[in-house]
Amino acid sequence: MKALKKVIHNLDPKFEKGGKWEKMYPLYETLSTFLFTPKHVTKKGAHIRDGVDLKRTMFMVVLALIPCLLFGIYNTGHWHYELLSYTQPEQYGAYSDYLTGFGDKVVYGLLQVLPLVIVSYAAGLAVEFVFGFIKGHGLHEGFLVSGMLIPLTMPADVPLWMVAVATIFAVVIGKEVFGGTGMNILNVALTARAFLFFAYPTKMSGDKIWKSGTQEIAESNGGALPDGASGATALGDLQSFIGDSPVVAGENLSAAASNSEMLAKFGEAYDPIHAFIGMIPGSVGETSTLAALLGGAILLFTGVASWRIILSFFAGGFLFGLLMNGIGSNAYMELPAYNHLIIGGFAFGAVFMATDPVTASQTQYGKLWYGFLGGGLAVLIRVLNPAYPEGVMLAILFMNVMAPLIDHYVVQVNISRRKKRFKTKTA
Amino acid sequence: MSKAVRLRKGLDIKLIGEADKVKADAEMPSVVALKPSDFHGLVPKVILKEGDKVKRGGVVFYDKYNKDVKWVSPVSGTLKEIVRGAKRKILEVQIAVEGMDDVVSIDPVDPSNASREEVKKIMLENGLWPFVKQRPLDIVADPSVTPKAIFISAFDSAPLAPDYDFILHGQDQDFQHGLNALAKLTDGKVHLTLNSKVPADKAFQNAKNVQINKISGKHPAGNVGTQIHHIDPIDKGEFVFTVNPQDVVTIGKFFAEGKFDPTRIVALTGSEAKNRKYYRTILGAQVSGIVENNLEQDNVRVVSGNALTGTKIEKDGFIGFYDAHITVLPEGDEYKFFLTKGWLGPGFDKYSSHRLFPTWILGKKKYRLDTNMNGEERGFVVTGEMEKVLPFDVLPMQLIKAIMTKDIDGMEQLGIYEIAPEDFALCEYVCTSKIAIQETVREGLDIIQEECM
Repeated sequence: MKALKKVIHNLDPKFEKGGKWEKMYPLYETLSTFLFTPKHVTKKGAHIRDGVDLKRTMFMVVLALIPCLLFGIYNTGHWHYELLSYTQPEQYGAYSDYLTGFGDKVVYGLLQVLPLVIVSYAAGLAVEFVFGFIKGHGLHEGFLVSGMLIPLTMPADVPLWMVAVATIFAVVIGKEVFGGTGMNILNVALTARAFLFFAYPTKMSGDKIWKSGTQEIAESNGGALPDGASGATALGDLQSFIGDSPVVAGENLSAAASNSEMLAKFGEAYDPIHAFIGMIPGSVGETSTLAALLGGAILLFTGVASWRIILSFFAGGFLFGLLMNGIGSNAYMELPAYNHLIIGGFAFGAVFMATDPVTASQTQYGKLWYGFLGGGLAVLIRVLNPAYPEGVMLAILFMNVMAPLIDHYVVQVNISRRKKRFKTKTA
Repeated sequence: MSKAVRLRKGLDIKLIGEADKVKADAEMPSVVALKPSDFHGLVPKVILKEGDKVKRGGVVFYDKYNKDVKWVSPVSGTLKEIVRGAKRKILEVQIAVEGMDDVVSIDPVDPSNASREEVKKIMLENGLWPFVKQRPLDIVADPSVTPKAIFISAFDSAPLAPDYDFILHGQDQDFQHGLNALAKLTDGKVHLTLNSKVPADKAFQNAKNVQINKISGKHPAGNVGTQIHHIDPIDKGEFVFTVNPQDVVTIGKFFAEGKFDPTRIVALTGSEAKNRKYYRTILGAQVSGIVENNLEQDNVRVVSGNALTGTKIEKDGFIGFYDAHITVLPEGDEYKFFLTKGWLGPGFDKYSSHRLFPTWILGKKKYRLDTNMNGEERGFVVTGEMEKVLPFDVLPMQLIKAIMTKDIDGMEQLGIYEIAPEDFALCEYVCTSKIAIQETVREGLDIIQEECM
């Protein structure tokens, strides 16, 4: 280690102002501060400092995302082979079972998911470095998390160039124009996802994208999926309950089916335990509530994420689910409230997206409101808005915009308490 | 009517190197210095020239903008050197020590029988006034205002802080005299706040003419700012004076004897100091007499005051005017490999308020912390961490941002009158983004002083 230290820091003068490679300083700073905590000492104020820094904090978030990533890799492979079990039953018939062909599924998942991760990091880091060179500083750590979040919010089949475009858009427009890490208004990863969602809706919604390879299999099968197979997600099916042709997992129900019949069918297709573990189709990393909660446990334990936001986000979703039950004018509204928390990206959003400290409310009470309204709004959008099957992304982005307003009112309470004290004294 | 306050927020940073409860005499320093930088915003007007003789208690300089406030020499001797920095700013007025005997003296006065004007005049003329600080702004008190109260904290909760119960033991009378003098300065009360966790020395317990309050909790429970906030908070237009307990004794002694007594008990603390004891020395003494031969190693930082708010001084520098202890810390000017001692290391050597480090498992372990920043400065990212260590009904993040954007209305509304940089020292310690919080608070107070006072 000492030799490495020597080699690296003998280069110091060459990268400093006036040095030979001065222009490459941001790159050098990034690499050298990654390997060695720099020898900066305190100059003003407190002479000693807490051991924590942004690198360690952000690293912990990336670590907490690993369960979602691993599960996402397996899940991507599983649903691919599940489709193949219809078209090539003699070869893959048994693969519709969860554990059969585990190795094949993981290999396929890796081949699909790793490129997404690599492209996301490559595109985002490239942009970060461009801005680093312009401003003369090394990489600020924020993107290390965004770079992992972006692929996990994408359907596995999304073209790589789209991931790159969306990442660049999100980092530039979502973050760097505001001043970089810590200054952004909208969550960067969700900005990337929203960009694709609105710019390329066919690649981000519908029932042809959620299982990897759906398009190719449908084409080889004459344009439609084989009998019995479905490409829809739980949310997509629920959405169909509002319309005239309810569908559950590819099976058409009669329009006259009662609400309870529809929900019974839904419960069969998307067993709550399976949904909780994550054995449902969806974006790469979002499906497993269990994996998200595992990551959430890491974040809560280390104190990186706010328990106020996570708890109130779930509470908001559940209570608004109950509220929908109370109204109950269609089958979707009658869906048991807990279902909302385990399907789609609800848990993933609650744990990893809503808790982004930069874009969330910053006051303690504000965080409770922010989470509660975010979770509630996610359910409202799901149930009441037929255009958007998944409401979590839009709910969190909307709350990002509203967070300063929530904080404003919390701050006003503090201010008026002080004013009141002043008045009673002077009166 | 005394008040009892219990704090739930705060942080006790456990450092190695408390001073043993032993008093020792330090050798008489050959040089002492008054440092105008100890008094924020002071522009001194030195009335002596280099080489001039000065008596103990003789005026050395006064405040250019408040000519009544004077600083006196703690020793008799000759003015050795006026050390100047950039723009000829005076950094130190050094006095070569010749003795203690040649002293300016007046007839003793019993402050209880004196009027406010008399007490004030004696304190101003004889260099006692600078011991009195004011809130808001945390600067030397303005003699033209009458404070609504005076606050004295009987203990210091900062890391490795000296024990005032030990320092003041046996000085009951002088302390009481000082309290009587201070009581004359206000129409309100003099508040003396004790730590409710440990029994206080008799000098504090039996103090009269004061309201005795009790406070318990982690640092900054001993900060006078915390106590003011919970006992009698400051609003716009109000003033509170604050004095350190040892300085109350100095004031009291002057009234009793008519002579300026610069004796000061200073604790030598910190992991890199040997012979950690309480040293009897004098105000503004050169620390080399105490620090020399008492260091574990060479690459150290000597701090006058505590590790959170103190001032960095050289090994032959001078003790700060308000400081009752010296902390010697290891310098952290070395690269740390990320997996061993760096940012991703196991972190048993770091004290953190965050659970990202194993501090929370290690319980009562004490730490040898160095002066490394442990990271680089970033924009604000993590929220909620400052709130955990600031036992004030003040929103730290919002206030700091109001200061950064020079939003005067915002600063006033969010409570800038109640705070001083030292109250935010822990916020600075825990800040993940390594932002200079204390400096920012000071900038905010400067703006307020200029625009609103």
